[in-house]
Amino acid sequence: MDSWRDNSRVFWTLALPGSFWLIAFFIVPLGLLFFMSFGEKAVIDGQVSITEVDITGTLTNYLRSFDAVYLTIIWKSIWVSALATVFCLVTAYPIAFGICFAPERWKPLLLLLVILPFWINLLIRTYALIAVFRTQGYVNQALGLFGLGPYDMLYNNFSVIFGLVYVYMPFMVLPLYATIERLDRSFLEASLDLGASQFRTFLSVTVPLTMPGIISGIILVFIPCLGSFLTPDLLGGANAVMIGNVIERQFKAANDWPFGSALSFLLMYATFGALALRSLLARRSKAVDV
Amino acid sequence: MWARLKPGQGPLDYGNRLWLKTLFAAIFIMLYVPIVTLIAFSFNTDKRGVVWRGFTFQNYVKAWNNDALIEALTNSIVIALFATVLSTIIGALVALLLWRFRFPLKTAYEGFMALPIVIPEICMGVALLLFFANTGMMETVVSWIWPFNLANIIIAHVAFCFPFVTVVVRSRLVGFNRQLEEASKDLGASEWQTFWNVIVPFMKPGLIAGALLAFTLSLDDFVITFFTSGPETVTFPVKVYSLVRRGVSPEINAASTVLIVITVVATVLAMKLQAPAKQGKG
Repeated sequence: MDSWRDNSRVFWTLALPGSFWLIAFFIVPLGLLFFMSFGEKAVIDGQVSITEVDITGTLTNYLRSFDAVYLTIIWKSIWVSALATVFCLVTAYPIAFGICFAPERWKPLLLLLVILPFWINLLIRTYALIAVFRTQGYVNQALGLFGLGPYDMLYNNFSVIFGLVYVYMPFMVLPLYATIERLDRSFLEASLDLGASQFRTFLSVTVPLTMPGIISGIILVFIPCLGSFLTPDLLGGANAVMIGNVIERQFKAANDWPFGSALSFLLMYATFGALALRSLLARRSKAVDV
Repeated sequence: MWARLKPGQGPLDYGNRLWLKTLFAAIFIMLYVPIVTLIAFSFNTDKRGVVWRGFTFQNYVKAWNNDALIEALTNSIVIALFATVLSTIIGALVALLLWRFRFPLKTAYEGFMALPIVIPEICMGVALLLFFANTGMMETVVSWIWPFNLANIIIAHVAFCFPFVTVVVRSRLVGFNRQLEEASKDLGASEWQTFWNVIVPFMKPGLIAGALLAFTLSLDDFVITFFTSGPETVTFPVKVYSLVRRGVSPEINAASTVLIVITVVATVLAMKLQAPAKQGKG
């Protein structure tokens, strides 16, 4: 690696475009958002202005986030995301495990099949789920053949959690696949030889050794779930509002940008917290690293 | 005991366990049934898309004649093309920078470069909305002639795409043997000639993979576009969003199927192009 002083002309040619773009169109906007979160709507001639905002350094926007209404929504976002993450883990583990133990020539195809839905537009996938779950949807029609239903499966917490699992599952499969693939199978053989049952081997050997992948997967799924806006909006409607929807409302319908900014920053702090937790756990676990 | 030791029946041959196969099949069915039915019902004659009535291409004709839908699709593709070119160039330059140089605060710089990948999309969306509104770019750009009125969206897309390109290109560059570069320079090539004739050809699979990633990310994006587009400019996901809120129609199925085909072809192409590189020196 060269020192940047050795060839400063090349260094700056390489550094400038990316740094400019990152600063101008990412750091500066985030800075604006940060200042906005300490602002309040300006009062001009005794009337609360719709568009003007004064940056007064007030903390009211943050304090307002801890109102019972918003605290409930934040709490709900957390447990909906947590449940979605757990279901992702439960479904993704057998998939990752199955791919790792599948015949060698099948592996690339199976991996492709897992990743492919991830490349398809998020909106299209969510739309596809609506068609499946709505009152005249395929699930209800199938149940109708047995004389059951129709049930309202859309616009509740169930549909949101299902949607999140459906959308973010590839994020869980990939890190799990990477760790299980690197797992030394002689450990499993040793455990079985020493008389442990398959179940015991799984719990005491496989799970601890693949813990880094599990942690990575949990974080990779939990973060986008917490910040999701489209899935709760389309599948949850008014009954399953999450933080993302509240933020969107502040910037569109409710037109309270300072409060929306404060909520965005709280969401970002939560994200950073999750990332910090991940690196802390990654440092502590000494098993295979992703 | 001997009956259990047939090939494929050993204690570690989980791939042959019936329960795992069943579970595996069930989860894959769950993953694909919604998408497959979406595609199938784009050929349905029933207007409300509830029951299968018969095969037709009529929905595709209708979608094709729906000017608003076609305009949105064109916008999306134009934005994705511009964003891909820009973010591939910028991302590759940053990858080269991080690969070649050491400089003060490099770890912090890398951290900032990874930020657009990790922060929630909605935060980035509202931050850019705030930025465009405060700088007046929201009003000015929208009044420009097509395709320049898409500039805001393109800028936003580049901002979240190029860090991904950097990651992909950088992982390719790790395998580069710097002696090739030294040899080129020893043989009298200039900095530029070395870059263009030695480094770029080596980077090529990474560049293609990065570009296709940027293309799909841009084509796929709803949240950031939703916040940064003015009321006049509509991209395909934003258009579908407004249609979906009004209900399910076979026209959306037809248009979605077209987009699915585009993305799947791009993805499979990207994997094909990357595959030989893995077997080689990469």
